[in-house]
Amino acid sequence: MTRWRRLVSSVLALALGSATLHAAEPSAQPEALRVCADPDNLPFSREDGSGFENRIAQLLAQDLGRPLVYEWLPDRRGFVRKTLGAQLCDVIIGVPAGFERTATTRPYYRSSYVLVERGSAPPVRTWDDPNLARLRIGVQLIGNDLAASPPGYVLASHGQVTNVRGYPLAGEQPAAQRAIAAIERGEIDAAMLWGPQAGYFARRAAEPLRLQALPAPKDAAAPPLEYSIAMGVRRGDKQLREVLDDFIRRRQADIDGILAEYAVPRVAGVAP
Amino acid sequence: MRLALFAAAAFAFALGLVQAAPAADDDGQWIMPAKNPQSTRFSALDQINASNVSQLKLAFSYSTGVVRGHEAATIVADNTMFVVTPYPNKVIAFDLTQPGAKVKWQFEPKPDAASQGVACCDVINRGAVYADGRVFFNTLDAQTIALDAKSGKELWRARLGNIKMGESMTMAPLVARGKVLVGNSGGEFGVRGWLAALDAASGKVLWKAYSTGPDKDVLIGPAFKPFYASDRGTDLGVKTWPPEAWKIGGGTVWGWVSYDPELDLVYYGTANPGPWNPEQRPGDNKWTSGVFARKLETGEAVWFYQFSPHDLHDYDGVNENVLVDAPWQGAPRKLLLHPDRNGHMYVMDRTTGQVLSAPPFVYTTTSTGVDLQTGALTYNPAKQPRAGETVRSICPASPGAKDWQPSAWSPRTHLLYIPHQNLCQDASTGEVSYIAGTPYVGADVKMYAGPGGHRGWFTAWDPAAGKPAWQIAETFPVWSGALVTAGDVVFYGTMDGWLKAVDAKSGKLLWQYQGVSGIIGQPVSYRGPDGKQYIAVLAGVGGWAGAVVAGDMDVRDGTGALGFANAMKDLKLATKKGGMLYVFSLEGGAR
Repeated sequence: MTRWRRLVSSVLALALGSATLHAAEPSAQPEALRVCADPDNLPFSREDGSGFENRIAQLLAQDLGRPLVYEWLPDRRGFVRKTLGAQLCDVIIGVPAGFERTATTRPYYRSSYVLVERGSAPPVRTWDDPNLARLRIGVQLIGNDLAASPPGYVLASHGQVTNVRGYPLAGEQPAAQRAIAAIERGEIDAAMLWGPQAGYFARRAAEPLRLQALPAPKDAAAPPLEYSIAMGVRRGDKQLREVLDDFIRRRQADIDGILAEYAVPRVAGVAP
Repeated sequence: MRLALFAAAAFAFALGLVQAAPAADDDGQWIMPAKNPQSTRFSALDQINASNVSQLKLAFSYSTGVVRGHEAATIVADNTMFVVTPYPNKVIAFDLTQPGAKVKWQFEPKPDAASQGVACCDVINRGAVYADGRVFFNTLDAQTIALDAKSGKELWRARLGNIKMGESMTMAPLVARGKVLVGNSGGEFGVRGWLAALDAASGKVLWKAYSTGPDKDVLIGPAFKPFYASDRGTDLGVKTWPPEAWKIGGGTVWGWVSYDPELDLVYYGTANPGPWNPEQRPGDNKWTSGVFARKLETGEAVWFYQFSPHDLHDYDGVNENVLVDAPWQGAPRKLLLHPDRNGHMYVMDRTTGQVLSAPPFVYTTTSTGVDLQTGALTYNPAKQPRAGETVRSICPASPGAKDWQPSAWSPRTHLLYIPHQNLCQDASTGEVSYIAGTPYVGADVKMYAGPGGHRGWFTAWDPAAGKPAWQIAETFPVWSGALVTAGDVVFYGTMDGWLKAVDAKSGKLLWQYQGVSGIIGQPVSYRGPDGKQYIAVLAGVGGWAGAVVAGDMDVRDGTGALGFANAMKDLKLATKKGGMLYVFSLEGGAR
């Protein structure tokens, strides 16, 4: 927060009357930006601030001139209710656009589930590629009844179950990390993982891995493989949502820079 | 006294009663949640009976200080009452010889706080068990702990699972011949189910039997003689799955364990297969959603029967197995009674694993019956959940015709008293969802009342006739356990806070008391140090059914609590959070 901007807001407050004047007194600390985040879920967030959502939160807090504080909770069942819903924090940096448990801002990136393979393997182009059927493929397992990960569902609907290996989201490390380690050990040939996790862990692999998004399957019932990601606030918190929308509009280039640093695969398009 | 006994015997003889007089062998204690290893929940005490139960009054009460779902049974032994709370799983001991039952000691196991995020359906615990001066219980973060019953001092603790992998424990142990039998929860997270026998003296694992995988892991060997051909073969726990899917295949053991001391067999159910969707796991997915009989000493499997092969609807097979010796079609038989989530009431021969009958005990659309020749459940393909489509009127809904809430058997009436629900659901493809940074499209499940418009049933089931003797329709799912006594009174709790006493023969309401919070605990009966009969129950709404209240859920989102929220929107108006012990007697005495 520059002095100039603070001055402007004071003047503005003065003009609006005494009720807001008190809040804008020079001695008052700016209100903290309270972010809800998982303490151990790279590449998104980590308690040491090393995730890309931590970096975006930092950028946001600096931009708004507000101190950054976190409410940490593992992103499991009930995360939104126990953090945002319990008024312990006000913003979740990454949620899918249109996520029904929060109000969502304009999306600030769009990614896809991607096929991760050894760079030396012959590339697979489509879901019907006979090479795909021969691969032992790792998928993330969501762990909610009747909620397959999107590639898991598409593989099953293409009759591919015998070569599929599951990596539950619950575990010592992120499921994507375990799947990529399994590729490195030769236990599986490929994995179909959510882009940001695939990009981050593939870059840390000992041998070069290739990432590619397969074209959308023809099956009308197939779930989307691409998702736009936005920030989430409490439903009804219109004011904060507008502030965040404005931040995203103004600082999209800086956000893009952070995402590039973390090798997040991006796709063009609009929110699903 | 001798004269009285003689007179009673003569009276019994005159009436032609052939059953052993139960009152004589009840020591007045309640040392395990199901009262006895056969899991009958029958108290032979009869001071409180159908003609005087209307006089029942509050003797004392105690606030546990925890306001989540209280599903535990209170345990009574050595003039002491033991209560395990939901997370943080405090154990409180009450001295029953003191007026108002003073707290004798309290033990705090301090489970890992992260385990709260792992619990599927509220942070409940189903109770402790007492044996040989020790109290055994499980913690949400997957530990079994033994305490000295007199002092509350910790004797040992065994860490049996890893909460980071989604493994937790909520069930009540069973102790038999120096072995503590415990199982895990968390199938939806990719946990592989098991039952373990721990040495009661040290906590050392003596054997561990997995519910999936090769025969050596499942403890299947030469002793294994399943009744049906579909359960015979080598390594079916591997072959009935896609490669390696069994490694994270569920079949957890979060329900009840029974034991027949004569046959020396342990009986328990396995949970549904997970975390795969049905289309990702073609095959029967053994040994999930079924019942095992095992030798206590070695854990070797003796037989298995699968209630729901290749489960499609979240029909865990973990409900209680009530071991009953009763006439079956004219001849005495060793029976196992099991009201399953899939809607069928199984009467089995517990020596062989044969299904003798399996009629539906609720309105059922997902299956059309059980083939008694093959043992197979006949699914209705129209009710199979399909992506991209809405499937309506799936009955019973995912919590089943009956969930964890245990039933009670009276050897006097030969009826099984079943607390259960009357729920159906619609399933469709849902909105975009997100977990641990991973987006997906979930299933949108909405549960609602089944035929009749009420969500609960309390059913007195006559297994011989294959139909109810009587039924009580309840507004909310009946999520508490049942208790039946030799006074021919049946007790159960309701989610809107009533403890009810009904006539065991007719179902007539005889007495009721409303507590501060919904009752989902297990009522028990004991004889106090004063020689008087007491009824005890924990109140404190929650569990899967009550998560809307215990978890402060927004009921505008009907898909909350995996779709259960939709059926429970009005529970917030009917009750509130709480955690109370209530103890009743004919004399009362509470100030």
